[in-house]
Amino acid sequence: MADVVLHPDRAATSKTVRKRGGLHNMLKRKSTVAFLMALPLILLIAILVIYPAFYALHLATLNKSMQRFIGLSNFEFLFKRETFWLVVKQSCIFAITAVIFKAVLGFIIAHFVHNIPAKGQRKWRGMLLVPWVIPPAMSTLAWLWLFDPSYSAFNYTLSFFGIGPIPWTGDEMWARFSVILVNIWVGAPFFMIMYLAALKSVPDQLYEAAAIDGANWWQRIWYVTLPMMRNIIAITTLFSLIVTFANFDIVRILTAGGPLDHTHIFATWAFRIGIEGSDIPLGASVSLFMVPILAVAAIFILRDISKRGNEA
Amino acid sequence: MTTATIDKAAPTRTVKYGSMSRDRAWALRWSYFFLVIFAIFFLTPPIYMFITSLKSSAEISAATNPWWVFHPTLENYTGLLTSNQFLRFFWNSAIVSIFVVTITMLIAVPAAFALSRMRFWGSATLATGVFLTYLIPETLLFIPLFKMFAVVGDWTGVQLINRWYVLLILYPTLTVPFCTWIMIGYFASIPKELDEAAIIDGASWFQTLTRIFIPVALPGLIAATIFAFTVSWAQFLYPLVFTTSTDQLVMPVGIITTLIKGDVFNWGQIMTGALLGAAPPLIIYAFLMDYYIAGLTAGATKG
Repeated sequence: MADVVLHPDRAATSKTVRKRGGLHNMLKRKSTVAFLMALPLILLIAILVIYPAFYALHLATLNKSMQRFIGLSNFEFLFKRETFWLVVKQSCIFAITAVIFKAVLGFIIAHFVHNIPAKGQRKWRGMLLVPWVIPPAMSTLAWLWLFDPSYSAFNYTLSFFGIGPIPWTGDEMWARFSVILVNIWVGAPFFMIMYLAALKSVPDQLYEAAAIDGANWWQRIWYVTLPMMRNIIAITTLFSLIVTFANFDIVRILTAGGPLDHTHIFATWAFRIGIEGSDIPLGASVSLFMVPILAVAAIFILRDISKRGNEA
Repeated sequence: MTTATIDKAAPTRTVKYGSMSRDRAWALRWSYFFLVIFAIFFLTPPIYMFITSLKSSAEISAATNPWWVFHPTLENYTGLLTSNQFLRFFWNSAIVSIFVVTITMLIAVPAAFALSRMRFWGSATLATGVFLTYLIPETLLFIPLFKMFAVVGDWTGVQLINRWYVLLILYPTLTVPFCTWIMIGYFASIPKELDEAAIIDGASWFQTLTRIFIPVALPGLIAATIFAFTVSWAQFLYPLVFTTSTDQLVMPVGIITTLIKGDVFNWGQIMTGALLGAAPPLIIYAFLMDYYIAGLTAGATKG
């Protein structure tokens, strides 16, 4: 009888002892320390990135005053609007054209820089990276001034060749060209730097072997350089696709979406509707359309990274 | 015998090298030619900024040769640098950037250390998640975040919107994931023997981090710091959305919203402001170019 009474008591004390020891051990354990060190990062990502991402989904299902659940009506409304399809089209044109030109231009410039003697490379590289270093909002202002309707320095120069004043930001096609041009200007140096780093990692022996086999210049690029750089090219292009697709600064400052909404991309249009027009749910719905293409690019990047992780 | 063969081989080789070097010389000339063209394309806007910043409004509206300054003047610079409003923008930008760099490093470095050295449940997933977060652009999050902060303001009475310090909460979402990611790369490249030796000598995890990892990975730390600074200095969308009063604005937004008054563009001042706004990143870049480039390429090559 006493035994029976004593038993739970003893069990309880031993449990608390074990528990306290467990807590103490847990605090000393490596994995707990590690978790605590990573905790601020986890909280930051959870509260300020993941939560807002899902909150955007929730917001997109509300009406303008955010009082009522209206399901997918915001999306239905968007699909019926002509401007929306204009934005979809322009976002795709903008992102794809800009990324292709940035990639090609970056590749070409990286080759030229790689060609010249190593002593001068640093200087050239330093000069050619300047557009990437200047905050895009500031450099776009310079472009805005270069494209000014009445004082454009480009038009002044072109007038000597008899080409006549170009409405850089006034005409729909020219405005599209201008925002893409500025984006290429900002982004090409980044590609150049990435490719230059990749070019330097290609062993010289491969080129020597190719030269001995009689490969010409084009074959050397196609069969040696490109395969060796494939990883970097893929990851840089995908990364740039994300950044370009989600661009805001350049379009906002250069054209603010004009003329007649023809240069709006998802980010600038979402800003126009959600913040300036204070229709937050509709703005959230617009920005959500960026998710599919971002997700596809992210999946490819992740696959690439895990592949390289396995190789290492 | 061997010397003889080398002597015999030498002339033919020099001839061959001669033709190759002639090819190379042409390739070199073309390289320089195109590099000059690209350099002109890349440097025209900043140089034009500088040219315009030296002009008076009268000279700008006179529509003379825009590429030349006929009457250089510093009035734009003195005008801006004595304007309290502009100095306020600069001050706000500086404060925000310095705080964000500090916050970023305090979060990213321990987290990177934990993720690269001390495995815990889900740490591998978290490392991938950190990279994934870096890929989420701010243009996707600004609307829900705006609403979130408005709701928080309503609930708690803590007004965050239209205060410069709201940026201290927002910017780390842009800087921390990438900095953590590149620090993981740098920490992972440190040999395991080093921290094992430290642990055997009785160092705690914290000491291992501060005495071994941080000094050894200092280049990576500098690269991450530069990245965090340039990102927070250049950010345009968040301050545009979250701050509106002129005394709360940072540089990029301040220049664009206050110097452009309706349809009146005072281009001389705008270009001066833009140049001054671009100066801190450019100065850092000029002095720490190698770290800057290391930070740029680390994301993709270190992964």
